[in-house]
Amino acid sequence: MKNEKRKMKNEKRKMKNEKRKTENEKRKNEEREMKMDLEPVIGIEIHTELSTKSKIFCGCSTKFGSSPNTQTCPVCLGMPGSLPVLNKTALEYTIRTALALHCEITEHTTFDRKNYYYPDLPKNYQISQNYACLGYNGWIEISSGKGVKRIGIHNVHLEEDAGKNIHPESGDSKEYSLVDLNRAGMPLIEIVSAPDMNGANDAMAYMTIMKNLLQYLEASDCRMQEGHLRFEVNISLKPKDSRRLGTRVEIKNLNSMKVALKSIEYEIERQKEVLESGGEVDQETRLWDEAAGITRTMRTKEFAQDYRYFPEPDLVEIHITPEWREEIRKHLPELQGQKRNRFISQYGLPEYDASILTGNKLLADYYEECVRIHSNPKTASNWIMTELLRELNQKEWEPDTCPVTSAHMGNLIKLMDEGVISGKIGKQVFSEMLDTGKMPGEIIRDKGLAQITSEDEISGIVEAVMKENEGTVEAIRGGRNKAMGFLVGEIMKKSRGKANPKLVNEILKKKIGV
Amino acid sequence: MMTAMNPRMSTSMSEGRINRLEIQHVALLSRLHLTEEDITEHTVILNRILEYFAKLNELDTEGVSCTSHSINMNNVFREDVATPSLTAEDALANAPEKELNCFKVPQIIQEG
Amino acid sequence: MKVYELSVKEARDRLLQREISSRELTLGVLERIREIDPKIHAYLEVSEELAMEQAEEADKRLAKGDNISPLTGIPIAIKDNICAKGVRTTCASRILENFTPPYDATVISHLKQAGAVILGKTNMDEFAMGSSTENSGFQITRNPWNLERIPGGSSGGSAAAVASDMAICALGSDTGGSIRQPASYCSVVGLKPTYGRVSRYGLVAYGSSLDQIGPLTKNVIDAAIVLSAIAGHDPRDSTSVNKPVPDYTSYCREEIEGLRIGVPREYFAEGMDPEVANLVHSAIRRMEEMGAEIVDISLPHTQYAIACYYICAMAEASSNLARYDGAHYGYRAPDTDNIIEMYSKTRAQGFGAEVKRRIMLGTYALSAGYYDAYYLKALRVRTLIKRDFENAFEKVDIVATPVTPTAAFKIGEKITDPLTMYLSDIYTISLNLAGMCGISIPCGFTGGSLPVGLQLIANIFQEDILFRAAYAYEQSTPHHKRKPDI
Repeated sequence: MKNEKRKMKNEKRKMKNEKRKTENEKRKNEEREMKMDLEPVIGIEIHTELSTKSKIFCGCSTKFGSSPNTQTCPVCLGMPGSLPVLNKTALEYTIRTALALHCEITEHTTFDRKNYYYPDLPKNYQISQNYACLGYNGWIEISSGKGVKRIGIHNVHLEEDAGKNIHPESGDSKEYSLVDLNRAGMPLIEIVSAPDMNGANDAMAYMTIMKNLLQYLEASDCRMQEGHLRFEVNISLKPKDSRRLGTRVEIKNLNSMKVALKSIEYEIERQKEVLESGGEVDQETRLWDEAAGITRTMRTKEFAQDYRYFPEPDLVEIHITPEWREEIRKHLPELQGQKRNRFISQYGLPEYDASILTGNKLLADYYEECVRIHSNPKTASNWIMTELLRELNQKEWEPDTCPVTSAHMGNLIKLMDEGVISGKIGKQVFSEMLDTGKMPGEIIRDKGLAQITSEDEISGIVEAVMKENEGTVEAIRGGRNKAMGFLVGEIMKKSRGKANPKLVNEILKKKIGV
Repeated sequence: MMTAMNPRMSTSMSEGRINRLEIQHVALLSRLHLTEEDITEHTVILNRILEYFAKLNELDTEGVSCTSHSINMNNVFREDVATPSLTAEDALANAPEKELNCFKVPQIIQEG
Repeated sequence: MKVYELSVKEARDRLLQREISSRELTLGVLERIREIDPKIHAYLEVSEELAMEQAEEADKRLAKGDNISPLTGIPIAIKDNICAKGVRTTCASRILENFTPPYDATVISHLKQAGAVILGKTNMDEFAMGSSTENSGFQITRNPWNLERIPGGSSGGSAAAVASDMAICALGSDTGGSIRQPASYCSVVGLKPTYGRVSRYGLVAYGSSLDQIGPLTKNVIDAAIVLSAIAGHDPRDSTSVNKPVPDYTSYCREEIEGLRIGVPREYFAEGMDPEVANLVHSAIRRMEEMGAEIVDISLPHTQYAIACYYICAMAEASSNLARYDGAHYGYRAPDTDNIIEMYSKTRAQGFGAEVKRRIMLGTYALSAGYYDAYYLKALRVRTLIKRDFENAFEKVDIVATPVTPTAAFKIGEKITDPLTMYLSDIYTISLNLAGMCGISIPCGFTGGSLPVGLQLIANIFQEDILFRAAYAYEQSTPHHKRKPDI
């Protein structure tokens, strides 16, 4: 017994030593690798304008593109004596978003003033949330290189947007700026992620899925051109597998996903170079310079930032009862996964089609409208995934800003299914619609593209082609059925693609007598 | 222009609760241009007042909640309805300088 | 009796009886202003044309006999921090010297709907920061009872105008005593309503969580008439409370039998002028004789109220006044090279010394490293002060105190010493911190013929009790009938 025990002990010790050895080696290797292998740690703040009809604290319209300072009032101009009153829909959109991001909803949420001077901020404080944000501790899943990855959401809060500063060319005179306050007081959600992204790919996946989610929630239109989505990025680098975070750099002024991505890629490389050449990264805020394609240190960093947040005395506490919260949860709009499953069951689409179509809420809406106009779900899916998406990607259009609307598309498919035009002509009509925005019926009429369905007319063409190809006709009669295709092709060519192929086949067969 | 020094680091007891550097820092945050004389005057008066404010430290407020609003109220909203705005002319009527229906201001220095 | 000497109630009765017209009344008051104001300097701007238009409009309403309200045709003066569309609103500050609001404050809308006649804008301490109206950026207002003395502040112009019959009544605003204290110094009635009772929309903010608009009038029933007209829920002010507005005049009855009146011992402490203390004590004794029960109470955190109040008010003010920067309206410093220089010079040139001081202190109290020690500490002490009152109102219906430790002081006496000026607010600021309502009513004169006021404080939304007690006391004394010799 004793021997047995000792033996076992020895064995164990041996194993332990071996283990220690390999672990030591492993660690050394890791350390070596670490020096080489720096991993980015990225957190993203998303600011998105909500799709309410009126501003967050006053009744001014949120319509985009009006002439300067025509959508302002004493409240959003920050006039002396004016007071804010919270737009309930803006709050509910924020709760909706926080719920969809699996956040804990703060039962007693409050607003705070963030104090800083800037001419696009007429009160020189922004009404925001700091001490009791609406939602905390959420998450969202993104697909990263290694599968699904969960990105933490630090908080979700509601605030007011600032106006716009315009910097005109001033020529010889003193430089100056112009301020348009139409955007001041637009409702804005800020979503602050945890630093859970480890590369540009993660960041892109996160931004894409967030944009998609916000559109699905019908909380924001997320139109980049209108500045609906803006980003701020925090980036640091750390040795892979190390837990200690590196020095963080904040990048501001990122007005689209593309720009955010470019700045992330640039900043990762910049910090890598600094660290690998033995330098240190400064903790600072940098601005993206689109023209130069680089990030730049903000010029005046001697101005210490101190926002002096304090409770907004002009607004009262918001109590979000569990009942209210659950009511909003119950009425959350259909989200992407649900819609994808419904597309599969309701329209009989393959999973692939359903995934692509629901990958963008506006595209899914486009699709459904198309099918509503003319019920041919699979053909609609094919056309949207090929013809439409190609154009959208190329021209950077959103589905609802493309000149070929769902009504155009639905009618086009209808006309094809009714045999008015062939699929081939359909493509011609599609590109015509892109150029002119005309409805398909109009194009077909104007260009005389309708199919020939008159038997007499087709018979005439068939006879003409048979006469020109007597040899082939004889060959077919002699049993070479394959040559039929050649004749059909010739007939279609002669009709300039407009002859109804089905009728052509029938008449040809009858005339040859097979 | 103000310096980048952090004034918090150098509070010396001889200057009381707030020293000249801090006065300058607060003036910068407040966007108030101060002359040397102003700084001297503020240092003297503000110290006296802050000394008086320190009286609150006599009270043990451990566990006492904060009152930021006089009356307890909650959930005051407006419905999401767009109402007429001012005309650009009215919005800009008080502007010291305007151009192209915008407020005109001197060159903006980025501050973030 | 001259028309300008009339109270709101007297003028209303004569207007209804068609004994006088609003036009005559308004002309009479405007004439009085022309005659007296060069000595008092209560008005910053008299809007004569607008006033005459409104008077004629009111006369039409009175003639038709429809849509008549208690203020139809009554000339009223407005403190210059309340916005009226198209009327210059400066807050007695150089920085807003040329500011004309494009909108009406809610109280102004109420007054216009009632058919009141707006006389003009009255002087005040710049942005309501002060206790003497000496901080006005434009002029010094004199106390009608003694031209060498201050009228109190910050609603000093409104109080002086009513006291010298240059207005039938007036509106002021009260953040820490700015209605009650000048009312006391000028021997008029001044009411600070419960926070949330009157809309703040259009009142230029000083300390947003403390500010309330209220009436300054020649007697208690007038205050009840004006409050009934301006109070009520306003969907444009989130802190305005949705409670029905009673006809406050119905509480003005000479009957206080059984009313429990608390007298806080901390309010008769050192630093108090014995003459003032005597007058207040005899007012309290008078109410006891009328059947009220006097209860000795304690408001133990009173000695911390000044520090607490000034930290809260200055912190809020530092943010509220950030918007005056020369970018969108108001004064702009000339010839600056960039935006930061424009901001700093505009504000340095546009604001007066006291305003700058409060902005600096408020900014400091909110700044990183000091937020907890000053601002949060003050918010906690505010809770304690509020609890003091809540506890007191479990035992009593109303609290009676002095308004100020002394009668009106001399012009220039305290202006060089801000802290001493702050300390004179000791009896008025606590109830702003607690949100309660309070009224100042004349309770006699010192040997030097300077007016002294009695302050009555009631729990939130108990203006009815306030009017009951104030009216009963007032009717038992002759003080409100005495007029200054000017």
